[in-house]
Amino acid sequence: MTVAAATAKGAPGLETVGMTMRFGAFTALEDVSIAVAPGTVHALLGENGAGKSTLVKCVMGVQKASDGQIMVAGREVDVPSPRAAHAMGLGMVYQHFTLAPSLTAAENLVLSRDDAPAVIDWAKERAGLEAFMGGMPFRVALETPVGRLAAGERQRLEILKQLYLGRRFLILDEPTSVLTPEEADEALGFIRALARSGDITVLMITHKFREVDAFCDEVSILRRGRHVGGGRAATLSHGAMAEMMIGAPPPERPKRAPKNPGPAALSVRGLCARDRSGLKTIEIEDFEVRAGEIVGVAGVSGNGQMELVEALAGQRPIQAGTVAVMGAPFHATRAEAQAHGVRWLPEEPLRNACAPGMSVAENVAFRSFDANGFWVSAAALRKVAAPLASAFNVKCASIDAPISTLSGGNVQRAALARELSGDVRLLICANPCFGLDFGAAGEIRARLMAARDAGAAVLLISEDLDEVMDLSDRVVVMSEGRIAYQAAAAEADRAEIGRRMAGRR
Amino acid sequence: MTDAAASRALAAPSAEGALAALARRAEAVAIPLGALLAGVAAFSLFLALLGHSPAEFFALVWRGGFGTAFSWENTLSRAAPLLLAALCVALPARLGLVVIGGEGAIVLGGLAAGATAMVVGWAPGALGLPLMALAAMAVGGAWIGAVGWLRHHRGVNETIASLLMAYIAIALLNHLVEGPLRDPASLNKPSTPPLPDWLRIGEIPGVGVHWGLAFGALACVLAWVLIERTRWGFAARIAGGNVRAAQLQGLPVGALILGFTALAGAMAGLVGFFEVAAVHGAANGSLISGYGYAGILIAFLARHNPLAIIPVAVLVGGLEASGGLVQRRMDLPDATVLVLEGMVFVAILLGETLYGRFRMFRPELWGRA
Repeated sequence: MTVAAATAKGAPGLETVGMTMRFGAFTALEDVSIAVAPGTVHALLGENGAGKSTLVKCVMGVQKASDGQIMVAGREVDVPSPRAAHAMGLGMVYQHFTLAPSLTAAENLVLSRDDAPAVIDWAKERAGLEAFMGGMPFRVALETPVGRLAAGERQRLEILKQLYLGRRFLILDEPTSVLTPEEADEALGFIRALARSGDITVLMITHKFREVDAFCDEVSILRRGRHVGGGRAATLSHGAMAEMMIGAPPPERPKRAPKNPGPAALSVRGLCARDRSGLKTIEIEDFEVRAGEIVGVAGVSGNGQMELVEALAGQRPIQAGTVAVMGAPFHATRAEAQAHGVRWLPEEPLRNACAPGMSVAENVAFRSFDANGFWVSAAALRKVAAPLASAFNVKCASIDAPISTLSGGNVQRAALARELSGDVRLLICANPCFGLDFGAAGEIRARLMAARDAGAAVLLISEDLDEVMDLSDRVVVMSEGRIAYQAAAAEADRAEIGRRMAGRR
Repeated sequence: MTDAAASRALAAPSAEGALAALARRAEAVAIPLGALLAGVAAFSLFLALLGHSPAEFFALVWRGGFGTAFSWENTLSRAAPLLLAALCVALPARLGLVVIGGEGAIVLGGLAAGATAMVVGWAPGALGLPLMALAAMAVGGAWIGAVGWLRHHRGVNETIASLLMAYIAIALLNHLVEGPLRDPASLNKPSTPPLPDWLRIGEIPGVGVHWGLAFGALACVLAWVLIERTRWGFAARIAGGNVRAAQLQGLPVGALILGFTALAGAMAGLVGFFEVAAVHGAANGSLISGYGYAGILIAFLARHNPLAIIPVAVLVGGLEASGGLVQRRMDLPDATVLVLEGMVFVAILLGETLYGRFRMFRPELWGRA
């Protein structure tokens, strides 16, 4: 396949030919050849661990590929370092923001330049920036500190920064994961418009089929380090893309079996706590989760959801208000949690729910180690943990191995084995499928449904709106530390939820 | 494979599983040992640059520390306080706290023992000694426990707090033995009044070393049991491994921090008690001997494993015991041994970054040749 070298405005095309990356015996990429035509938006799809980031790192010169070539604008190039990639006009926009929040947009742009002079003539730079902005289809307020810009604006500024630095081939790593659906559409529309006009070429890592449909021209799909398919986005169905990503028909989404919820398992009244910055507070006026229902909390990352979980878990001091479980006051002590069957599944379990250096068996025994009095024996822990680990399909070399040696999915399974065994009456989980592949995520969602069907109350806090909509019986939206919207899932309106997530009424 | 068979396979270690378990444990021995050798190598280079023979130095260390019955006696009597001083570092370390100010608790523990003896001088040893020991442990425990309290309730860094509090403790000792608690008869070296004979601690029969050695070794064994075999120790290891996970499990993190720091301080307080009751016979400036700082080196070399502290303390005790001989024979200053200890410590800290880097210690990677 041959592609034009570049657009009239200088946005290059890019090809990888037979890219292979080996780490010791492990092959992360094998013979991957993809071609991104100039002036297009190209989606790179794949599960976690499929090799997307490895491919991108090789292109950006962060890692040196074991084998294969990179062609930029039709010519074979050597990319020994990120600096070299930048010099060729390749730029990357990360999932999380890389701008300094206390500096203004103008300062961020000028300081990010490699050739920023030691003494900056701001009048001249501002004139230059104004001229640059004039040529863009979109403007960002140059004199506002970046910290005060909305997430969508910041993401656009990240892209403008790449253009300002003269980069015409942009790699976007899940650019919409911190945006509301509306903001995401706006940012991607902006990107597509720039590509259409020939200003940039885009390679975008994404998980969201909706974005592929609406904004991408072509798709390449990776699975286990191999390029397994692709083509024009318009001709590929969701089912076909999902099948290529996971190598099998996608697991069926669990069905909701509506039931009449029981009495309130968790009730929160007038809860106040400081947020992470310590400057704002979260205030939850009145909120309940009943036995036998899943309440999904949607919201853009950083709107107080994590603070709510931490306050409930006793990791964050509560300034006012009450938390009650099964009608009794709850202070997150071990005795209370055990008496009422309260269990937790935080996001990134290795960081939040496990002791990485302790063994799998010890980690699985965190709930039960003190059940048999004063003494703790390693053999007894193993006896409890081994059947649990196998019942939950935890794959490990040995249950005596440190849990940090397990893959993400297996760490989450070990955490599930611990938290879902015994009498579970209230389960609080936050982004339980974050970073897991389809299979593992489907399995975990099924377990949440099963816990609900067995009569447990489930509070599901997730940044994945699809997950919330699929699993929940009731949907709650958090915005600016407050509950902005509550509705039964059957009656919830996606557009309304999107507006509330963005803080509008 | 059925679930039952799978769980059996997981629970029962095969021969290969035993090898894997051994490999995992070997890392915790091999890396500190490697760091020790690296530190010794760097020190040898240092000696050679100064024009001295490293071989002669280590031969003298052997003779001065381990070569004769007399040198063993000397070594063990230095190891006795080091055992307890190292526990003062190792116990909080299992909770993830780096407490380096054990010296302060040692000094104040000794002072408390000396001051108590002034009050209970009438009592027989069977009553007076336990009272002195309790006072020393209470003061030491309160001192390091305060470090834990500041850490948990006020977010004050425990490393800095404990180090600075050690200076306060030393100033307090100097103030009190030169002022209110001073024995008017102590002219050259201000001290508390000398202990009466019945409040002195003798030697372990046949060993030639005071009873602090036995108590120190016993404390190490008990500390190991506490950490590895009890629910409190398990809870502390969870909190040390990941405090967020411990909070999520509803474990009383604050109480664990207070309890373990206070216990650590009590161990250091006991060092002071034995120094007063078995060695100096009164509380005075000799209590400021650096045992608290040597304890840091020992605890890190032992990877905060109380059982491993015992051999490491003997090793370091031997090193310190040989200082005098080295000084006389090689015409090197007294601080030479400290240079060696410092170099080993830097090597140990660098070695901390090597855990998990070696394939031979990671059986889960073995299959992927």
